Amino acid sequence: MKALEEVNLPDNLRYAETHEWVRLEGDIAFVGVSDYAQDSMGDITFVEFPQVGDTFQKGEQFGSLESTKAVSELFMPVSGEILAINESLAESPGLVNSDPYGEGWIVQVKPSHIEDMESLAGPDAYRETLGGEE
Amino acid sequence: MRYLPHTEEDIASMLETVGIESLEDLYSTVPAACRRSTPLNLPEPLSEWELDNRMSALAATIAASPEYTVFLGAGNYEHFIPESVRYLLSRSEFVTAYTPYQPELSQGTLQAIYEYQTLVSRLLGMEIANASLYDGASALAEALLMTARITHKEKIVISGAVHPAYRQVVRTYFSSTGYEIVELPYLEDGRTDLSALHGMQDVAGVALQSPNFFGCIEGVSQAAEISHSVGALFVTAFSEPLAYGLYKNPGIQGADIACGEGQSMGIPQSFGGPGLGMFATFMKHVRSIPGRLVGLSRDVTGKRGFVLTLATREQHIRREKATSNICTNGSLCALATAMYMASLGRTGLGELARLNFDKTEYLKAAFRSAGFRIRFSSPTFNEFVVEFPPGFDTLHEHLLEKKIIAGTRLARYYPELENCWLLCVTETRTREQMDRLVREVQS
Repeated sequence: MKALEEVNLPDNLRYAETHEWVRLEGDIAFVGVSDYAQDSMGDITFVEFPQVGDTFQKGEQFGSLESTKAVSELFMPVSGEILAINESLAESPGLVNSDPYGEGWIVQVKPSHIEDMESLAGPDAYRETLGGEE
Repeated sequence: MRYLPHTEEDIASMLETVGIESLEDLYSTVPAACRRSTPLNLPEPLSEWELDNRMSALAATIAASPEYTVFLGAGNYEHFIPESVRYLLSRSEFVTAYTPYQPELSQGTLQAIYEYQTLVSRLLGMEIANASLYDGASALAEALLMTARITHKEKIVISGAVHPAYRQVVRTYFSSTGYEIVELPYLEDGRTDLSALHGMQDVAGVALQSPNFFGCIEGVSQAAEISHSVGALFVTAFSEPLAYGLYKNPGIQGADIACGEGQSMGIPQSFGGPGLGMFATFMKHVRSIPGRLVGLSRDVTGKRGFVLTLATREQHIRREKATSNICTNGSLCALATAMYMASLGRTGLGELARLNFDKTEYLKAAFRSAGFRIRFSSPTFNEFVVEFPPGFDTLHEHLLEKKIIAGTRLARYYPELENCWLLCVTETRTREQMDRLVREVQS
């Protein structure tokens, strides 16, 4: 496990309490899990995806990550429709570990309420929530 | 694993360690109302000789093969079990009811379970089988729960020609859930009436048994097609897997899950139990299956090894989101079945199934030419329904005195099938026995 100060939390992302990150690119929100989440879970062995076209409310479960020791649910950080899933994770789920903010993105979402973004934490506020969890 | 009872000294030493005087003190936190104050109502212990006599006296009251000629099936079948199966099964390494989870200690048993899974997958025409469940009925209930888990739909459809006990177990499993259970009637030819299924909404899973409770071969391919057309998964259940030595297996016919009872393959009847829940499906559903799975892996030095795999489905890891509360398997029964299938091989299985079919057809034809009506016209395997004249109950009793058990009375489960009896023939019945049955029934 990484020490809290070693956890990489890029400034340009917003974070949910449930450890998903969101990055807006135009109208599209990329969603993945934070460096803290991938580090806590260990080697990811399987990603369970939603179907493209499914719609979810913020906070609803949209999939799960399976590691060698646990299964963790993925929750929607913003409400919206699934536009794409990262198909390369089917073959290489380890990308979630090696590049959680890049190649390891999980889904692309078309947000239905862009103001959902406002309720998500910035890196500093998110990092503060991490201390108390153990 | 050995059972070592505590001696008086062990108990005294443990009590001393925790600092109390007696066992009574240890249980003092259990409310008096929850504690039994009188001794258990059990007879006095017997000496070994006395016990031997007692068991012999009990055994003499039981009507069983080979002393009796048994034409009973209905989910539990008399088949010849090769001595090799009995011998191999008696090896102490295999004698455990529990799934071994320490691969460093249990390579033999894990490999045997892996081979069981492989043989079951091949028998049923599926890609993957679990390490087994407890019996056919609970395997079917688990299969239907799985269809609900995968499809997120609300309705479960089950044929009325599925074994009545299996249907009852399914209803019990689903009784505390919000799912609706729809039962399909059976047709005049003994197969399931699928007409209500066309266009049905919100169906998670559809289950047929083939051969069904009447011994009739169902139109599995057609049922699978209709089920898929309404967005449901299709489950083929069975109580007599030997049928797949002759008839098309569930996988070829479009089943998404195949599950049922494995008793008929190498497990003694034992008055109804223990049985074996066979459960198989396709790889795309592997993360939704209930029960344990043994996988083939490599250790750090590259050597082949067998391990429990995909355990993240199970409740010790996944808690309330586990795919099932079954965290074990029926190891000894599963191994018996694996040994049985391996002894027969594909060719042997085919020949044995054919022999069962031919003998059943012989008895069917004999009843027909003796003037009795075969109730259902569909092709059958091992079992069929005959309509006897009213009052056959009396003759049935009379035959019992002559050590013939002439089938199962269906009115108990299907009141509309008054005077209909389910008869079963396997390779263990001889032509003489069948001829005698027909003669006795005619007289």
